Amino acid sequence: MKYEAVIGLEVHVQLKTNSKMFTSVPHGFGNEPNRLIDPVVMALPGSLPVINREAVAKSIQVGMLLGCDIAEVCKWDRKNYFYPDSPKNYQISQYDQPLCLNGLVEIELAGPSRSEEGPHRKVKLTRIHLEEDVGKLTHFEQDSLVDYNRAGTPLIEIVTEPDIYSADEAFAFLTALRRILVYAGISDCDMEKGQLRCDANISIRPVGTTTLGTKVELKNLNSISGVRNGVAYEIARQNQVLAEGGSLVQETRRWDADRNMTTSMRTKEEAHDYRYFPDPDLMPVSVSEEWKAELAKDLPEVPFDRQRRYQQEFDLPYSSASVLISDRMLADFFESAVEFGGSPALLANFVVNDLTRELSSGDEGVDLSNCKVQPQGLSELVKLVEENVISNQIAREVLGEMLKSGGNPRDIVKEKGLEQSSDEGELEALCREAIAANEKAVNQYREGNAKAINAVKGFVMKATKGKANPKVVNDLIERLVNE
Amino acid sequence: MSHHNLNTLTAVELGELLAAGEISSVALTQACLDRIESVDPGVKAFLSVDREDALSQARASDERRAAGQPLGPLDGIPIALKDIVAVTGQPLTCASKMLENFVSPYDATAVHKLKEAGAVLFGRLNMDEFAMGSSTENSAFGRTSNPWDLDRVPGGSSGGSAASVAAAETVLSLGSDTGGSIRQPAAFCGTVGLKPTYGRISRYGLVAFASSLDQIGPFTRCVEDAAMFLDAACGHDPKDSTSLPGLETNFLEGMKNHRDRPWKIGVPKEFFAEGLDPEVRASVESAIQFYKESGCTVEEVSLPHSSYAVPVYYILATAEASSNLARYDGIRYGHRSSEATDGIDLYYKSRGEGFGEEVKRRIMLGTYVLSSGYYDAYYLKAQKVRSLIRKDFDDAFSKVDCLIGPATPTVAFRAGEKTDDPLSMYLSDVYTISANLAGLPAMSLPCGMSSDGCPIGLQVISPVLQEAEMLAVAKRFEEAHPYSGIVAPSNGKAGSAS
Amino acid sequence: MNPEQSIDLDRLCVLARLSLTPEEKEKLGPQLARIIGYVEQLNEVDVDGIEPMAHAIPMENVLRKDEATPLVDREKYLKNAPASRASQVVVPPVIEG
Repeated sequence: MKYEAVIGLEVHVQLKTNSKMFTSVPHGFGNEPNRLIDPVVMALPGSLPVINREAVAKSIQVGMLLGCDIAEVCKWDRKNYFYPDSPKNYQISQYDQPLCLNGLVEIELAGPSRSEEGPHRKVKLTRIHLEEDVGKLTHFEQDSLVDYNRAGTPLIEIVTEPDIYSADEAFAFLTALRRILVYAGISDCDMEKGQLRCDANISIRPVGTTTLGTKVELKNLNSISGVRNGVAYEIARQNQVLAEGGSLVQETRRWDADRNMTTSMRTKEEAHDYRYFPDPDLMPVSVSEEWKAELAKDLPEVPFDRQRRYQQEFDLPYSSASVLISDRMLADFFESAVEFGGSPALLANFVVNDLTRELSSGDEGVDLSNCKVQPQGLSELVKLVEENVISNQIAREVLGEMLKSGGNPRDIVKEKGLEQSSDEGELEALCREAIAANEKAVNQYREGNAKAINAVKGFVMKATKGKANPKVVNDLIERLVNE
Repeated sequence: MSHHNLNTLTAVELGELLAAGEISSVALTQACLDRIESVDPGVKAFLSVDREDALSQARASDERRAAGQPLGPLDGIPIALKDIVAVTGQPLTCASKMLENFVSPYDATAVHKLKEAGAVLFGRLNMDEFAMGSSTENSAFGRTSNPWDLDRVPGGSSGGSAASVAAAETVLSLGSDTGGSIRQPAAFCGTVGLKPTYGRISRYGLVAFASSLDQIGPFTRCVEDAAMFLDAACGHDPKDSTSLPGLETNFLEGMKNHRDRPWKIGVPKEFFAEGLDPEVRASVESAIQFYKESGCTVEEVSLPHSSYAVPVYYILATAEASSNLARYDGIRYGHRSSEATDGIDLYYKSRGEGFGEEVKRRIMLGTYVLSSGYYDAYYLKAQKVRSLIRKDFDDAFSKVDCLIGPATPTVAFRAGEKTDDPLSMYLSDVYTISANLAGLPAMSLPCGMSSDGCPIGLQVISPVLQEAEMLAVAKRFEEAHPYSGIVAPSNGKAGSAS
Repeated sequence: MNPEQSIDLDRLCVLARLSLTPEEKEKLGPQLARIIGYVEQLNEVDVDGIEPMAHAIPMENVLRKDEATPLVDREKYLKNAPASRASQVVVPPVIEG
């Protein structure tokens, strides 16, 4: 029998706010243990929570970006369970009236090659609710230590429908989701820092059937590739169990990235009973149309919409459009340069290839936002190419100089005498010299090897240090060789 | 006026003496401390008293006054605190073994406000553990006695707060009221006790029993003192999401402004049904007669769902409590069992050892009513009946300005009388609970004595935010039956102020 | 429902993480049954169409600005911990799960 996998994801995302969910203590990664605490975080007797407006605002924005129905009124519930990382031994969450319901995340699967666009589809969301993060436990042989720095960090839980059908789709989902959230400044989504965490519910069923199989909850998927590998492993494991005539048990399993396998954490022993009830310390939040309109103003265009626009409006190939939209800074830079003028295709090329390469090999800490080339400068540079003042190759040289000195490309070209030479008389003499010096290549060319002529061209370009207008040189050599 | 027995005067009287420079806050505070030394071995209202700290606050007050900069009418007046509000550097035990060694690193907002008003905040007053009880017998550190008869209970949960004022160990005290925990002990001990509208006084720093019902309030010797306390302690607090916004009210002035209104008073007939002690009934009825004679109209009203208040309360309050008390696990603070074998076992043992019987009973009850399969039948149902109880009051207040009736069905009962019967103990709050469920302001004031020398309390319940009106209604009765300086005998060692 | 039968004390102890001695259980079982029997009088109340009341005085949108307070003297919030090491709270070993 052939089986198909059905996967639902639960994604937890820490929100990028200044302070915690229910108190004005800052939150962040990498502080000394138990610095980010106060009576509320430590759940001291008598302390009370107060809702962080910005956390609600950011969650509403997430809902808007993902096309959710935003609740007119949402409320807060206590989820009661005991664990040493949970200071109150209940978590403030949202149970039956979450902030967002439904919604879709557009994903793109891999295409036939890296430069070709893959198929897109939309994964259905069940809900998004806002809650608070727990502290961090470190285990030792004799005891465990608790650090409450993370406790109370605003956290959204994004729950998908069982609407993901392969490890690659799970990977594509998280990639797309992360990109949207980072784009909108909702979260940095750094999985290493725990800002984005993912659990997966995985089952398999005979192809063609609709009932869900026995569900396994997979935890500890601590990186995006971990999600792909963990889910793939688990699907394969379940298939194998059934193939060997075994049966699956409902259980929680843990992905062990080092050993590249999943291991059972617990089977469904005591069913959880979280005894949810409305938190009497907190009032419901209503979301007015005005508030939504105000929040909508700050929303960016979602990445795939941008990609489609670049392909249509600027006629960019998928290969550059997809790279541009992978990083909001890159795309914003590109669009800003386009506004200053210059061919979008050329600008895209410079941004995607040259600028990123220069930056990645350059100084640490220098990126698009603070490097010495800004959109206007790049636009100027591209205009010089379009005006035939310099060649593409010289432009790259100028770009390097701009990054170093921060100068204006026109000044650099003038200062260094990099203008393209199109003087036919001067170039004709050089071309004749080049033909004479490359007799062998010329003969091969005449015998039908078209590429052999490149040696002649190269001679001219080298002699002019690249400044010769390649088109003029081409035409001249063509004529002279056939004389 | 004699300066003996300073501690038996009202805050209003003492404020005048302080302002006139006739007494000092140090002398007043010392008089309270002396009184504690002499009567508290019998009354046991206090769990602990930081004498040095109290006197140093009193000295600071005297210095402010000497410099011509008193902070207000409460400056220099001693206020003793129920051991359930957080004061920086002071114990916060909630009369529980669980918090026996806990020292608060922060101030409750109400405490902060009273400090800013210059009050001398001192002492940790005994109570039922985590405010769960009606007799102050559920304290891990021993029961408090009723100063009028040491064999009787002072009521609860704020029994120490009531007893300390009645026994003249302090001028005012702070308590908290979840289902009657201020009004019932005030009635039992013959003091004024007031529970404000829910949200009037910040709950930040008040250890939560049932968050949707808890309110801080004062115990005083006279109605005006209660108004003064409210003036200092009320106000919006951004740290409490249930704190009412932007209400600036001068209660003392408001009370005086409403002085001569011809009140329309409602008497809920359900408060005079079976179970009401005849002496209490007689005393309350004579108070009703007084109001009639003083120009008020009195009419019978009905609160048809009031008989459900106790069951609703014991579902909602215990449900909230089961969650509120989950934080006491011996990890970040509190009693930690030395027997625990692992991190999970630590919970069972620390909580099993740290909590007393009534607290365990309520945690179990609250856990039960919230648990899967029972939520709709108990918790959700109780929330709906709570709406009906609130609606009963709305209907009544569409006809009358306020309600009066007994604060308690009986006078103070004997210690040990109800400890083995939790349900009959719960029923001693039958008249007080509805005001908490509806969020209404309510108070108890002395209206007589039983034949065996126990105080009887008259309850006034007013519409939301009408504390000033409520105080004026109470004040009218008090003016005709003034506080006489009589304080509880406290084992015969005390008498009247001469 | 019959409260006596529906109360599973052991299960409640697990949910509340509370150990009870056998004597406590013996006493508590019947007491809880009696209290629950008493509160079941609510069954007689018709609550059709009645909204549940979660707050004494309902309000909406009680929100605070996203402002962080400066971090000073955090040690005082750890002082009540029964055991601590390296600024962390020590608990007996917790089995991951």
